[in-house]
Amino acid sequence: MKLTETLTDLANPTRFLALTARILPWLAAATAILLAIGLYQSAMAPDDYQQGATVKIMFIHVPNAWLSMFVWSVMSVAALGTLVWRHPLADVAAKAAAPIGAAFTFLALVTGSLWGRPMWGTYWEWDARLTSVLILFLMYLGLMALWRAVEDPSRAARAAAVLTLVGAINIPIIKFSVDWWNTLHQPASVLRMGGSTLDKAFLWPLLVMAIAFSLLFITLHLAAMRNEILRRRVRSLQMMQASRVSFTGEASSGPKEIGAA
Amino acid sequence: MSLGPYASFIVTSYALVTAVVLLLIVWIVADYRRQQARLKEIEASGVTRRSGRSAADIR
Repeated sequence: MKLTETLTDLANPTRFLALTARILPWLAAATAILLAIGLYQSAMAPDDYQQGATVKIMFIHVPNAWLSMFVWSVMSVAALGTLVWRHPLADVAAKAAAPIGAAFTFLALVTGSLWGRPMWGTYWEWDARLTSVLILFLMYLGLMALWRAVEDPSRAARAAAVLTLVGAINIPIIKFSVDWWNTLHQPASVLRMGGSTLDKAFLWPLLVMAIAFSLLFITLHLAAMRNEILRRRVRSLQMMQASRVSFTGEASSGPKEIGAA
Repeated sequence: MSLGPYASFIVTSYALVTAVVLLLIVWIVADYRRQQARLKEIEASGVTRRSGRSAADIR
C-alpha cells in the first residue's frame, strides 16, 4: 500500500523534480566516497596466483557487466509501467536509462577484451557470453536510435517499450550462457549456488565497486530523468509558443481575407 | 604497487572507465544547464505554464 502511494506521488513530475533536487547531492557524495574506497581496495588487493595483477581489471569489468544487464532489467520494468500501468514517468525512466546502459555495456565489452588479451591470448572470441553481450550493446544503440527517430515522446515510448520487452529475452541468455554452452568465458563465481568461490581479498573490493557503480547508475539515472522532464516542458512550452504565433498570425490575416472576399 | 608485465592493459582499462564515466557526468550536467536556459528563454518571451509556476523551478 505504502509503495503504491509512493509511486502515485512520484507520478507527479513536479514532485519528482523536488525529490531529486533534495537527494541527488547526497547520492553523488555517497557514490564518490564508495568509489574512492573501492578504488583504494582494488589498488591494495593482492595479485592472483594465476592472473597476477590483471585481476584488478575484474574490479571494474564485473560491475560494468552486471550493470549492463541490470539497466536493461530496469528499462523492462519501466516498459511494463508504460504499457500496463501508463505511469507518466515510466517512459521518462526508460529513455533516460538507455544511454547510461549503453555506456556500461561498452565498458564491460572493452575491459573484458583488455583482460582477455593477456589471459586468453585474444581480444575477442565469438563465444556465447561475449556475443550475447555484444547483441545487448547493439540493442541499446537501436533503442536510442528509435527514441530519436520518433518526435512525439508518447508514440516513441510505446514502440520503445515493446522493443525493450522483446530484448529482455537476451538477459537470461547472457546470464546462463556460460552454463548452457561451452564458452571461453568462465562460469559465475560471485552470485552462484553454494556461495562465492572468490577469496575475500578479491570479493570485498569487487562488492564495494559493484555497490559504488550501482549508486553511480542511480545518481546518473535520476539526473538524466530530471533532464528529460525539463526537455518535455521545453517541448510543450514551445508548442504553446508556436500555437500563439499561428493564432496571432491568423487573427491578423483574417480580416484581410474577409476584405479580399 | 607493481602492475607486472600487463600494466598497460590494466592502466588502459581504468583510464577508459574514468573517461567514459566523466563523459557521462559532463553530458548530463551540460544537458541540465541547456534545458534550464531554454526554459528561461521561453518564459522570458511571455509563455508560461498553465499552473503559473516557473518551469525552470524544480524545488
